[in-house]
Amino acid sequence: MEIKVLKNILSANDEIAQRNHDLLNQHDVFAVNIMASPGAGKTSLILETIRRLKDKVRIAVIEGDITSSVDAETVSKEGIPVVQINTGGSCHLDANMIQNALNNIDLNEIQLLLIENVGNLVCPAEFTIGDHKKVLVSSTPEGHDKPFKYPLMFHTVDLVLLNKADLIPHLNFDMEAFTQAVKGIKEKIDVFPISCRNGEGIDRWVAWLLSSMQSSRG
Amino acid sequence: MHELSITQSMLQIVLEQAEKAEADRIQKINLNIGELSGFVEESVRFYFDFLAKNTAAEGASLSFNSVPAQARCRKCNIVFQPRELNWSCPNCAQTSVEIIAGKELLVESIEVD
Repeated sequence: MEIKVLKNILSANDEIAQRNHDLLNQHDVFAVNIMASPGAGKTSLILETIRRLKDKVRIAVIEGDITSSVDAETVSKEGIPVVQINTGGSCHLDANMIQNALNNIDLNEIQLLLIENVGNLVCPAEFTIGDHKKVLVSSTPEGHDKPFKYPLMFHTVDLVLLNKADLIPHLNFDMEAFTQAVKGIKEKIDVFPISCRNGEGIDRWVAWLLSSMQSSRG
Repeated sequence: MHELSITQSMLQIVLEQAEKAEADRIQKINLNIGELSGFVEESVRFYFDFLAKNTAAEGASLSFNSVPAQARCRKCNIVFQPRELNWSCPNCAQTSVEIIAGKELLVESIEVD
């Protein structure tokens, strides 16, 4: 006997993600899921964002790593609450891990939650976690062909930050080809060149973040 | 490691369905897997054999139906299959496209006794 199922394998994860999203909304917390390959600059971006915003916005960070708490220690030096998730080998954060992390954050005390996903351009694109916006940090040394190699990731996110823009003069990076490829996969998406090293473009990113927070509050 | 959690979720879905149908054993599981989903078949088979032990799904065969990526041009509405390094529309050559298939991760059906 054949039974029709037609059920999305990730539906259990999606249901928990929706609960996370509702919980964040109840507390008026705006969550951003930051994804990138290893070494693209996720932690540097988080640090730059905290430095520019911590006097205006109450922030907490969730750090997702396969192992170690190096990033969490770096971020906690900025004096804001950090929860480390060690995925124990798993290549992405899932909704259940975020649900547990949210239990360890006083959501009444924060307005913005920055979630650093595991460095990987494949799996994090498929697992919803309950965020409000998804941001991809790509970086110039990775090459301008990345959108073609990881189309689902580029398709999933709301904004692409191109980090290490200050290195372009030293690389064979074709900015126009990169931007065109990104827009080919997702037409209405902005690409902001940034440099966490010299600060280029960071104010523009922070302005985008604040305005997204504002519009989510309606 | 991505396949481990996916295989766990898949197994949970099929076991629930089999229980609802009061089936004793699952013979076959038919899956629809999109080409863009970054999902490794061998890896799922490996985890499945291990996870399904002592359940109604033990020994079930897995059938993977691969769903090719499909994109629709936002300008001329033509549906085409994007290639690895070319996501431009074959009609108007522009690269503003919407992915309409290829992201699936679906349990299509199960065959039970």
